[in-house]
Amino acid sequence: MRALWISIRRSPLALTALIALLGLVGMALLAPLLAPMDPGAIDIRLRLSPPGAEGHLLGTDNVGRDVLSRIIYGARVSLLVGVATVCIGGLFGSLLGVMAGYFRGWVETVIMRMVDIQLAFPSILLAVAIMALVGPSMFNVIVVLSIATWAPFCRVARGQTLSVCNQEYITAAEALGLSDGRIIWKHVLPNIINPLIVVASFALATNIINEASLSFLGVGVPPSTPTWGGMLGEGRNYLRIAWWVATLPGIFLMLSVYSVNMLGDWLRDHYDPRLTDT
Amino acid sequence: MLRYIAKRLLMAVFILWAVATIAFALTFLSGDPATLMIGDHWTAEQISAFREAMGYDRPLVVQYVDYLAGLPRGDFGVSVRQQIPVMDLILQRFPATLELTAAALFLIVFISIPIGVLSAVKRNTPADRIAMSGALFAQSVPTFWLGIMLILVFGVWLRWLPVSGRGSFLHLLLPAITLATFSTARIARLVRSSMLDVLGQDYIRTARAKGLPNWRIYYVHALRNALIPVITMLGIEVGSLLGGALITETVFAWPGIGRLTLQAIQARDLPLVQGVITFGALVFVLVNLLVDLSYSFIDPRIRQEKG
Repeated sequence: MRALWISIRRSPLALTALIALLGLVGMALLAPLLAPMDPGAIDIRLRLSPPGAEGHLLGTDNVGRDVLSRIIYGARVSLLVGVATVCIGGLFGSLLGVMAGYFRGWVETVIMRMVDIQLAFPSILLAVAIMALVGPSMFNVIVVLSIATWAPFCRVARGQTLSVCNQEYITAAEALGLSDGRIIWKHVLPNIINPLIVVASFALATNIINEASLSFLGVGVPPSTPTWGGMLGEGRNYLRIAWWVATLPGIFLMLSVYSVNMLGDWLRDHYDPRLTDT
Repeated sequence: MLRYIAKRLLMAVFILWAVATIAFALTFLSGDPATLMIGDHWTAEQISAFREAMGYDRPLVVQYVDYLAGLPRGDFGVSVRQQIPVMDLILQRFPATLELTAAALFLIVFISIPIGVLSAVKRNTPADRIAMSGALFAQSVPTFWLGIMLILVFGVWLRWLPVSGRGSFLHLLLPAITLATFSTARIARLVRSSMLDVLGQDYIRTARAKGLPNWRIYYVHALRNALIPVITMLGIEVGSLLGGALITETVFAWPGIGRLTLQAIQARDLPLVQGVITFGALVFVLVNLLVDLSYSFIDPRIRQEKG
């Protein structure tokens, strides 16, 4: 952890990304304190007011709700869905990947064919189709995006496990008569965790975008909850008269994803310096 | 070699079967498909009549076998809302998506490869850093937001380009840029890393020792080898483009399969949803099969390994 901190201090871009991301987390956690207004408060008189009008720093939307407050609350959904899906999909995928790489044989064949099938679907298409059938809710979004997330984790975990299992310390552990579970838990997992953290960072960026895409298409989190994607979807209809409604949430969305990607890039270089030049 | 081709073909058929099965299972995800499709405000008799007309009253196994048997003939059933065979609807919309995807693929190839090569050749210079930071940034821009911003700037403010529909070359420009941006960035990064791998090889050193000019080394010797993983990635990228088309076509009202899919999903037209999902997977699997096979022709090592 200390080495990580020393390394990140030497990379101004990664440090900026980390600060931006911490800011985003702070914004999500402290939303009730930071938001100047109730994000659901409608004021038709002030609909589509430009930024700065009547105390609305970033303007209002088509029913007069405060855009800034909705952006602040929107961070909650983006982060919650992003982190939850990466945790669930990542855990599930990594576990299957380790099993495939460790046990080989039919277990590997079955799991890797499942990965092939999953990757033959554009994940967003499957997510939209399932969401439309099961109905919009935060829980459904998390489940659906977790399903779309597991495959890359599985691939990387399997590859890493295969190479770790060729090492002598695994042979030694087997010779000592340790159980499979213990070998995996104590000797395989700690040695494959770093590449999985890198996959997790990119999956987080992808799922923040995917959540926003679902909300944008109207099949994500119910419209009563402010989300960046939902704001964009609504604001798009008023582009000619109120550019700010669709533009500003998008800037927050993009900067969040950029920060996560930048940190992911830095993490990859940090864990595998050979990649720095490649 | 023949064994390799046979194995890939078998794999493709297996994946298509699995995707078709998942698409079929989607129908029953929320219980009764008849109620889901026509809504709650119909009477029980009407729903029952609809269920019978659609064949949903038959045993599940019979429906499944019937559904699978239709697929090789391109029979995906009939769209509930439009009362037109699903395959006809897909074929009507396919040219538009093909046009958009081809234009995006053209942009991806002709922008990402030169940028990737330049970055690798000028490694660790400001040009490389700017190009790669730009690529990372481009990868972070959500497709739908980019589309909206392009509409705002070029359609609403500058009024240079049309913002919706299909027609002239100008109509194609903004959707193609929107669809291509993410993949262009991803491929540019891959070209750079692949070029750097190749530039470190012995045969490049030999080429330099022979006194070959730089452009020949980079474009004839290095790039040809560096492109092998890139071609594989481009095949996989088709999947992203199909997913991206769903959003791009919605933003630009582009009359392709992506928009058809969303309309089918919103109207709960289940046969159409099943059809477009299976068709999308078919296109993806076919493209990747071709890429896999071409890959083995390009790289003799693979031919020998797997032959």
